[in-house]
Amino acid sequence: MTITDASRALEPSTAQPLGWEGRTLQQMLAEQDRLLAETGHYWGLETLDLQRGDPIRYEKIFSRLRGGLVSARETALNISASPIVKEIGELSFMLYTPEGDSIALSRGIIVHVHTASDAIKHMIRTGYEEDPGIRPGDIFCNNDAMIGDVHNADVLTIVPIFWEQELVGWAAGVTHEIDIGAKTPGSVPVGPISRFEDGIDIPARKIGADDRLFRDHVEAGLRGTRTPMYWTLDERTRVAGCHMAREAVERVILEEGIGTYKQFVREVLEEGRRSFRSRLMEMTVPGRYRAVAFNEVPFAAEQQLPSYARVDTLMHAPTELRITRDGVLEFDYDGSSSWGYHSMNCTPSAMQGAIWVQLTQTLIPNEKINDGAYMGLRANFPPGTWTNHCNPAASTGIAWWFLIPSFTGFIKSLSRGLQARGFVEEVLAPYPFTSNVFQGGGIDHFGQPSATTNFGLSCCGGGAKMVLDGLDYGAAMWNPEGDMGDLEMWEIIEPFLYLGQRVKASTAGMGRHRGGSGYETLRLAWKTPFYEMQNIDHSRLHCHSGLWGGYPGSAGYRHNVRDTNMFELIAAQEPYPTHDGNPEESNVEQLVTGRRDFDQHTLTLPELMQQGDLYVCVYHGGDGLGDPLDRTPEHVEEDLNDAFLLPRFAESVYGAVAVQEDDGHWSVDREATENRRAAAREERRTRAVPVREWMAGQRERILAHADGGGDFGPHIQRMYAESMRLSEHWAAEFREFWDLPEDFDFPVPTPTVDISRAMLARASMEG
Amino acid sequence: MRVDKQMLADLVDERLDRHTVKAIQSGYKDPARFDTYLELLQERAPWDDRIVLPYGEHMCIVSAGDGRYLIKCFHCGHVFCEHTENWKLEALIHVRDSEEKLLEIYPKMMHGDPAWEEIREYFCPGCATQLEVEAVPPGYPPIHDFLPDLEGFYRDWLGRELPV
Repeated sequence: MTITDASRALEPSTAQPLGWEGRTLQQMLAEQDRLLAETGHYWGLETLDLQRGDPIRYEKIFSRLRGGLVSARETALNISASPIVKEIGELSFMLYTPEGDSIALSRGIIVHVHTASDAIKHMIRTGYEEDPGIRPGDIFCNNDAMIGDVHNADVLTIVPIFWEQELVGWAAGVTHEIDIGAKTPGSVPVGPISRFEDGIDIPARKIGADDRLFRDHVEAGLRGTRTPMYWTLDERTRVAGCHMAREAVERVILEEGIGTYKQFVREVLEEGRRSFRSRLMEMTVPGRYRAVAFNEVPFAAEQQLPSYARVDTLMHAPTELRITRDGVLEFDYDGSSSWGYHSMNCTPSAMQGAIWVQLTQTLIPNEKINDGAYMGLRANFPPGTWTNHCNPAASTGIAWWFLIPSFTGFIKSLSRGLQARGFVEEVLAPYPFTSNVFQGGGIDHFGQPSATTNFGLSCCGGGAKMVLDGLDYGAAMWNPEGDMGDLEMWEIIEPFLYLGQRVKASTAGMGRHRGGSGYETLRLAWKTPFYEMQNIDHSRLHCHSGLWGGYPGSAGYRHNVRDTNMFELIAAQEPYPTHDGNPEESNVEQLVTGRRDFDQHTLTLPELMQQGDLYVCVYHGGDGLGDPLDRTPEHVEEDLNDAFLLPRFAESVYGAVAVQEDDGHWSVDREATENRRAAAREERRTRAVPVREWMAGQRERILAHADGGGDFGPHIQRMYAESMRLSEHWAAEFREFWDLPEDFDFPVPTPTVDISRAMLARASMEG
Repeated sequence: MRVDKQMLADLVDERLDRHTVKAIQSGYKDPARFDTYLELLQERAPWDDRIVLPYGEHMCIVSAGDGRYLIKCFHCGHVFCEHTENWKLEALIHVRDSEEKLLEIYPKMMHGDPAWEEIREYFCPGCATQLEVEAVPPGYPPIHDFLPDLEGFYRDWLGRELPV
């Protein structure tokens, strides 16, 4: 220590703590955590005096704060030029307590209500109050999933709100970027295998002061993405929205007084906690619920990747939901498979964000939504699994790839509880994966470098309901307000014309009620010398299944054609395709020649396309609900006449005998259908076997792997081995169910599990 | 929103217009709903056992009268097992594990790959209703979907004894 430093150390600190009643923010956060743990109440509040004593005033304060956030969103989005933000609405604004608990939120991509909470708590826990300091007018930014986010493309701006000398809260805003400057173009990059390829990384950094962004931060953004204009305007959208939200808070404090505001924010969190618990106990049944989902990462043949990443991966997401007698909702992902060398890994913050967005669309859609609900939850995301990779080097570029299917287990399980309680109108079969993702980058039709992620994927089919079919082409699990945007807008930013967009028959999962239908677009590359395009979809798997006898929605496929004769067809005024239609009689295949990728290899690294090339983009349908043989003939007729169903499945799945009239109209013969369905039930008995009989054969099949034999592919064996090695509990259940020897294992290497063990052991030693 | 037995029957039978369904979905939930639903199901069941909990679209948990609670097919009355067991082990199964079998239910190019996943169909041994479908890799244990805490539900949540 130098003499100068030593003398300064003797000076009393002039910095005042920022928290309430002379506390630091760290002290406030620790105190709240302690009181919640000890009393079960937010800040130990046993009575809600303001709410009880002056309920109108209390509700008015909430409405004004929420109104301020909604107004901030609806105004600020006009600053953005990105269709993802401006048209699709992939943004939201939120208000937090000094400790980082959300009080209220706007509409929009509300998955980030909780991820921003994680980011604020990270800043508090790691001492930002001292260094870099938190002052009025400061602006912070985070897009680091290890701190509080899903993936880099969701960028958070966070602004502290002060009143006199105290920090009274935080405003935060989030937008989804169209490109994040990753190794491969777009916002959900498939290509990174480590976080160092995930693009712009801002780990909760101070990016501005005095309400202005630092010049070096602005410069870094301009140089960091393939779409600097969108990045810059999105950032200004977030800053402006946060400042509007801050003003709304200041107005409330000015009129109601700081004391009332402080009392209100704590009471509203406690009310949110109590409301969630009540809702859970009013609408469900205590017990244990289980479901499972999977997804694929077929990278074994990707020669561009290093050898350690060149493997086929099968992701395993066993979801156990427990609702306890005392009204706590527990999520448990024990048994999940390992993280990997791909961009699909998740962090607890991402998983918790997903819990949030699912709850707001199911159990708490019409209450005061805030982090109070989160306090009624417990979650287990086991270290080393894909749900909690714990690896500072792991990529999370497209964390949604695993996260989306995994939360179908929540929807399914919750539906079981809702039906058991009689709330049949709330029952829902699983939603689909929101893909194919049309994503790429290169030189656009104006000769400019560009990149895109098309958000037509916001409008896949919804899951079937118990009393209705699923919502057709209008749903995404991550945003309650699905919107595909305007095609004309996408044509401005993407060098691809829309030749057509229409319903894709038989994408919807079949059942007594079918899932919502998906749709397809056919795109023609236009005036681009090169554009690197990806197909991002699942095709080897359906990922999850329907409910109570309903089938999952269809898997995807790839149909890209390069070096086509499209312009010859147009010049000759010959027919050209506007859609692919039934892939068994593909329009594109029948009408266009060229170099064709027409297969089920749908998760690809970027490949070049250029003017005249064709890209078929198929979006998924939701899962079905109930026995398909119970679907009414009227519904089958509608499906056929509205082209939601390919005709051959009317009989093979629905047992409906349909006849097409000369005018093309389909009608279902009721009597013949009744007979056909009776026969179909008999056929089921003939071809099915008792489960216990089937199990005996399956046990032998599994046992054959013990000595290196067996017929499961390496990806399946590795999935089981990873889950068994990461969870003794899951391994024990697996062995017990199949009556396997205590030392049974799949004899395949699981290198990422070994790395996790080493990392976790070291972290444990270091305390 | 109060949903009486007739309205609930209309909801279940899908005789309500969309606006009414939406009003029920968006309204405050009726605390009497569980009992109304039980009453409706009990009236409609083609057998006399007392229903203690609906268990999906096709099954119920009923009291055996001797302290046991059984999972029973709502349509035909087939009894699978006690409510703590996985009913799937007592069902019939058909596994779609080849392209030929998958093409019966999905178009070419729109079905999964049997080298990654199989589709399992579980049927009631009594009436052959398709009770559940699973899409899982081969070797995956049949999922025990729902293990309700009957005692906790009745005593702690509803404030009354579990019917015997």
